[in-house]
Amino acid sequence: MCLGVPGKVIEVRGDGVAVVEFSNGVRIETDANTIEGIRPGDLVVVHAGIIIAKLREEEIEEWASTIKGFIEELEAKETELLRMLEEIEGG
Amino acid sequence: MAGNDRALVMKLRDLINKTAEGLEGTVKIMDFCGTHEHSIVYNGIRSLMPGNVELVAGPGCPVCITPAHYVDAMIKLALDGVRAYTYGDTYLLPGSEPPGSSKPRTLADAKALGADVVVVYSLLEAIKHYKRDPKESVFLAVGFETTAPSTASAVVNKLLPEGFTLINVHRLTPPIMRYTFEKHRNAPIRGVIAPGHVSTIVGARAWEFIPREYGIPTVVAGFEASDVMQAILYILLMLKAGKPKLVNQYRRAVTWEGNVRAQKLLDECCEVVDASWRGLGFVPNSGLAFRERYRWADAIYQYGLKEVSEREWKYDLPPGCRCAEVTLGLAKPTDCPLFLKVCKPGVPYGPCMVSSEGACHIWARFGGGGLVEEVVASLGLE
Repeated sequence: MCLGVPGKVIEVRGDGVAVVEFSNGVRIETDANTIEGIRPGDLVVVHAGIIIAKLREEEIEEWASTIKGFIEELEAKETELLRMLEEIEGG
Repeated sequence: MAGNDRALVMKLRDLINKTAEGLEGTVKIMDFCGTHEHSIVYNGIRSLMPGNVELVAGPGCPVCITPAHYVDAMIKLALDGVRAYTYGDTYLLPGSEPPGSSKPRTLADAKALGADVVVVYSLLEAIKHYKRDPKESVFLAVGFETTAPSTASAVVNKLLPEGFTLINVHRLTPPIMRYTFEKHRNAPIRGVIAPGHVSTIVGARAWEFIPREYGIPTVVAGFEASDVMQAILYILLMLKAGKPKLVNQYRRAVTWEGNVRAQKLLDECCEVVDASWRGLGFVPNSGLAFRERYRWADAIYQYGLKEVSEREWKYDLPPGCRCAEVTLGLAKPTDCPLFLKVCKPGVPYGPCMVSSEGACHIWARFGGGGLVEEVVASLGLE
């Protein structure tokens, strides 16, 4: 129950119910009342049968590229450490 | 762990080790979400930590802290002929009856005695089941801010059919964090991995008080191994810089303000009250109770059951069980003499062994932090 699972919205019904498909192909009916303007194709997090968040695709892309970039960047460990420290100190 | 994530985790391990050098004393970092603890144990993250960094599981499992008297109430209603809907996580959760009692201790025991107990994944599923086969029913609504919106949505949007009520045991995480920090005063928590899923609802801003009031670096983190490792690195960097802040590492799902629509639903449906936590007692402003206008949905009210007051509250863990200390991160599951001896996932003795989010259950399944080392040491193989 206490587990957030990412999935894709397949269908949105008028009664506040959205059908979400998970990566293993399982489809379930979810309560979509907590998200405004939900649409088929949206990536969401489902928790105990309710959609708790819509994933922000631009952030996912950024995250993916960060991971890819991180591996290369972190080769220069000292430089990266200093950059992160500066970011934290500045932010 | 997928290839890219693994490579990143290894890089992060090097950075974490480098950053931890020179930090004084033990750096105790606490996670407040069962799924984070799962990720830490499943991915062996504790084994990647330097000697001076200790990862501790905090109160991150709502099933573990669901007070026994609510389970008792559900069992009683079920035995009286009311259908009991429960999440799978709470099906084996013990009530007040001691182990070995001839009376039913769990909803599973009640079902074995012929009670109508139905396990569901969600409240929506329970409602659907009810519509197919209507019968006076009660749903055991447990959970933190992540699960509470499903209750609020069903109540406020009037999705509950006639004769379908709920026992509301929803609890809030920021108040239990404050409570936990106090309990660790002697060996303070120096970093917090804030719960990612709870944060999708309450927003990153909910944790802003931690660095401000307690001076503890806090990172809202996702659940991949690299997410958790990044969170640990950020905490260590902030400690090194002497600048505790709040960082949102889980930006792909968590915004600063959170899910405002869900927050409004919760506020419309429930008021914040002092509430009991299993093994711990009452924690100020840590629970949600139905507002008076929604009492038609409240099984405690509808069936004339008695809410337990702070004065009436009794310690509700079975004898010898150390779940209260495990919940607060004051003991490890392996510190409990019952762990994997009389308390096992199939036959849980204490509540932390019940849910897949409970620290004891996670450690039992994946041999969490230190178990292997203990066996190696006991065999003299170090």
